[in-house]
Amino acid sequence: MDNIHSPESEVTISFCAAAGLGLQTAEDLTRQMLSKAGYYVFSTREYMSRVRGGNNSTQIRVSTKPVRAYVDRIDWLFALSPELHPNITENITEDTKILGDASAMEEEISSLGRKMIDLDLAKRASDLGSPKFSSMIVAGFIAGIFTLGEDSADQLIEKRFKDEDLSGKNKMAFRVGHQLGKEYVGGKPVVQIPVQPGREEIFLDGNSAVALGAASAGCNYITAYPMSPGTGVFSYFAKNAKLLGSVVEQVEDEISAINMVVGAAYAGARSMTTTSGGGFVLMCEGISLAGITETPVVVHLAQRPGPATGLATRTEQADLELALHAGHGEFPKALYAPVNVESAFRLAGRAFHTAHKYQVQSIILTDQYLLDSGYDIEKPDPSSVPAPIHPIRTEKDYKRYAFPKKDEYVSPFGVPGYGEGFVSFDSHEHTEDAHITEDRSIRKAMVQKRLKKLEALTAEAVPPIVLGPEKYDTAVICWGSVFEPLKEAMEILGCKNAVLIACEQVYPLSEEFRRIISSHCRKIFVEGNATGQFSRVVRSLTGTGADEMILKYNGFQFSVEELVGELDELLRARS
Amino acid sequence: MIKTAFDYTGEISWCPGCGDYKILESLKMALSELELDPKEVVVASGIGQAAKMPHYLKCHCVNGLHGRSLPLAAGIKASNRSLTVIAVGGDGDMYGEGGNHFMHAIRRNPDITNIVCNNMIYGLTKGQGSPTTAIGMKTSTQPFGVTSKPLNPLLLALSCGATFVARASAADAEKTKDIIVKAIKHKGYALVDIFQPCVSFNKVNTWQWLSKSTKWLDEERDASDKLEAMRLSMETDPYTLGIIYRSAPEKTFEENQAPYETGDDTPLYARTPALENIRKLLS
Repeated sequence: MDNIHSPESEVTISFCAAAGLGLQTAEDLTRQMLSKAGYYVFSTREYMSRVRGGNNSTQIRVSTKPVRAYVDRIDWLFALSPELHPNITENITEDTKILGDASAMEEEISSLGRKMIDLDLAKRASDLGSPKFSSMIVAGFIAGIFTLGEDSADQLIEKRFKDEDLSGKNKMAFRVGHQLGKEYVGGKPVVQIPVQPGREEIFLDGNSAVALGAASAGCNYITAYPMSPGTGVFSYFAKNAKLLGSVVEQVEDEISAINMVVGAAYAGARSMTTTSGGGFVLMCEGISLAGITETPVVVHLAQRPGPATGLATRTEQADLELALHAGHGEFPKALYAPVNVESAFRLAGRAFHTAHKYQVQSIILTDQYLLDSGYDIEKPDPSSVPAPIHPIRTEKDYKRYAFPKKDEYVSPFGVPGYGEGFVSFDSHEHTEDAHITEDRSIRKAMVQKRLKKLEALTAEAVPPIVLGPEKYDTAVICWGSVFEPLKEAMEILGCKNAVLIACEQVYPLSEEFRRIISSHCRKIFVEGNATGQFSRVVRSLTGTGADEMILKYNGFQFSVEELVGELDELLRARS
Repeated sequence: MIKTAFDYTGEISWCPGCGDYKILESLKMALSELELDPKEVVVASGIGQAAKMPHYLKCHCVNGLHGRSLPLAAGIKASNRSLTVIAVGGDGDMYGEGGNHFMHAIRRNPDITNIVCNNMIYGLTKGQGSPTTAIGMKTSTQPFGVTSKPLNPLLLALSCGATFVARASAADAEKTKDIIVKAIKHKGYALVDIFQPCVSFNKVNTWQWLSKSTKWLDEERDASDKLEAMRLSMETDPYTLGIIYRSAPEKTFEENQAPYETGDDTPLYARTPALENIRKLLS
C-alpha cells in the first residue's frame, strides 16, 4: 500500500471541529486558494445530526494530480474541538501532524500517545478581537505551509466579508496564520505547485452538479420537504430561483411534494422533487400516479442509511430496491446512479430527457457522500444536456392516452390550455381520452402500452463505464458513488486481469452491461449496503449476479485504502 | 336544466337523488355565467363520489389520488396561470386523507377554488364515518356510534388565513351557483364547503335535515369581519350558509414564485432553460 502515499505529490488535510464553529469558512477558503494556486483539490465532509457541538470533519486532499476519492490517511489534522471520533483517531499515525490548541486538546492527544503542535489559536484570535478569527488563522497557516503569498486569500476574503473592517481583520488573522505556517515548513512548500498552464476548471460538489444538470435540462418546478441529504439540491434551486426561472416550493410533506410536481408536469412544467429514503417512501403512491397517468417527473433520491431514521447525516446505497419497486402496480421507470460529480450533472439532464421523451418517471439515486464531495472539474456545458421536449398543440379530438402509432412508444404530449383539445388525466385505468373504464380489453391494452416503453428505455440505457485491460478474468462491478474510490484502488493495485465496471444506470440494464454480466468471468460486486442489492437486482434480471461481494454499511464511504486491502485479498485468494 | 358549454352527455354513476347532481349543476351554471372557455378550465379531484365530478364536465378533467387534489391543483395553477383551476372532492377526500394539504394549501394561497361536497359520510366505500360525521352516528365501521368530534372546516380555514370562506347547500342550486361564481372570481384560495345529503348512507343529514337545520346569511352583508366569521362558522342548528368571510385578496402562491415575479405570465411549458444564467453560475 506504500504507493498510495506519495508525499511529494499529495497531502491530506483533515479539519475536525464541533458544529457551529464557523470552520466552513476556513475549509472553503483553503480549497479555493489551493485550487487557484494550481493544485488539484478534493474535499468531502462527514457530520453528525446536530446543529451545535459534536465533532464533524472535512477532508481536503491536495495533489499535483487529479484526486477524486476519500482516503483514510491524514497528513495534517487540525483538531479544533475535543472528542475526536474513531474515524479520525484510528487513522492518526506517527506521520500525522496534529495541530490545534494545546489548552483544549493536549490531554486527549496525549491519551492517543501522540504529540500536538500548539497553534494557540484561542489566544491569537482573541488578541485580534474575537475567537471567531481562529478559523482564518488556520486557513492562513495552510497557505503558509504551501508557501502561497500572504495575500493569496485577500480577494476571497473580500468577497466573503463585505464589511471593510471585518474583511481587514480577517486578512490580519490570515497573515498571522500564514507567518506561523511558513515558519513551520521553513519556507519549503509541503507539496510543489504543479505546472499546468491554462486549466479552466471549476470546483463543483454533487449537490450543485445535480441541480445544475437539472436546470440545464430546463427544470422549472421543484418541490421538497426538508430531509438530509436531499435538501442540498433544493437549497441550490431556492438560492438561484430567479436565475434559473424556477418555481421552488417547500411543501407540507413528501406526499404533497410528489403530487405537486405531477400536477405541474401535467400542465407542462419540467418538474422534479428531491428527498431521502424516508421521504421517498411517502412519495411512492404519487410515483404510481405518475406511472398510470404517464406523467414525466424526476425524483432525486439522496440515499442515507435506514431503516427509518437510520443515520440521518451519513451515507449508504441501500435504497436501490426500494426505488426499483417504488409505486404499486406495474409500470416502467428509469433509475440513474451518478458515479461522480460530472456524472451527476450529465445524468440529471439525462433523467429529464428520458422522463419527457417516454413520459415515464426517472429516479436519480445519489448519496450523502457524493452530494457533499467535490473537486475541480472541466466546466460542464449546459448546452450538452438534451434540449427540453415541448408539448404539442392539441387538436379538437385530442386524446391524451391515444394508443401510439406502430413503432412509437408514447401518445403525443399535450397540455391544458394549448390547442383545441381537452387534456385529461386519470389515476384510474382509463380510456384513450382519460376517463374511468373497467373494460377488460382496454385495461390490457393500456398495461401493454405502458410496459412497452421498457423496450425503448433498455435500448437507450446508459452503458457502463469500463476501465481496465481488454482481456480480463475478473469484473469488479459497482454503481453510484463507489466508483471513484474503487477506481483509485484498482489503479494502485495495478490489476492486470481485472476490469472495473461502473453502472451509471441501474435500471433498465443496458445491453452492454448484460453482455458483460453473461460472460464467463469472475464477478465481484462492491456496494455500500449490507446485502448486495445491485447484485440481487442484476441476478433477478439476467440470471447472473455476484460471485463475491465487498460491502460496507457503517455509514461511511469506502476509503481507497480499505478497498485496496479488501480487493487485494480477494484477487490474491484466487490467483 | 339549462344547457351549458360544460355539459357532459355520458353516463353518471352517482346514486339517484344524490346531492352531487345539484352541485354539478351549480358548478356548470357558475362556469357558464362567468363565460369561461372550457379549454381554459381544469377541474381536479381526488377519489370519492364527489371526486368523480371532473369526469362529468366538459373541460380538462384531472382525477388524481385520494386526498391529493390540492397539491395537484396548485402544481397546475403555478405552471400555467391562465387556467381556471378548481379542486373538488368530498369531506373524506379533502378533510381526512387530504387534511394536511387542506391546511397548507390555504396558507400557500394558490389562486384556486376548492369545492368540498360535504355529506358527512364516506359514500364510495359505503358508509363509514368521515371527519365531519356527527358524534354518535352509527355506521358500518362505528357500529356503536362515532366517538371523534366533527371537524369544523370553516373555522379551520379561517385560522389558516383563508381570504374567502363560504358554505353552501345542495338544496339551493341557485344560491350555491352564486357563491361558486364569487369564489372563482376571488383572487387566491377560496373554500366553498357544500352541505349535501348522502341518500344511501347518511340517514341523519337528509334533504329534510338540510332545510330544517340551516339558515342563509344576507347576501348583501359585509363579510370582512373575521371574528364575526369565526362566530358564524361555529353556529349549529341552524348552521350558517352563505359567504362567511371575504377579505381583500392577498399575494398568491404563483405571484410569489420567481418565474412570474417580473410580470411575465408565460406558462412554464413554453419556457426554455436559462442557459446563460447557468453559465454564469458555473463561472
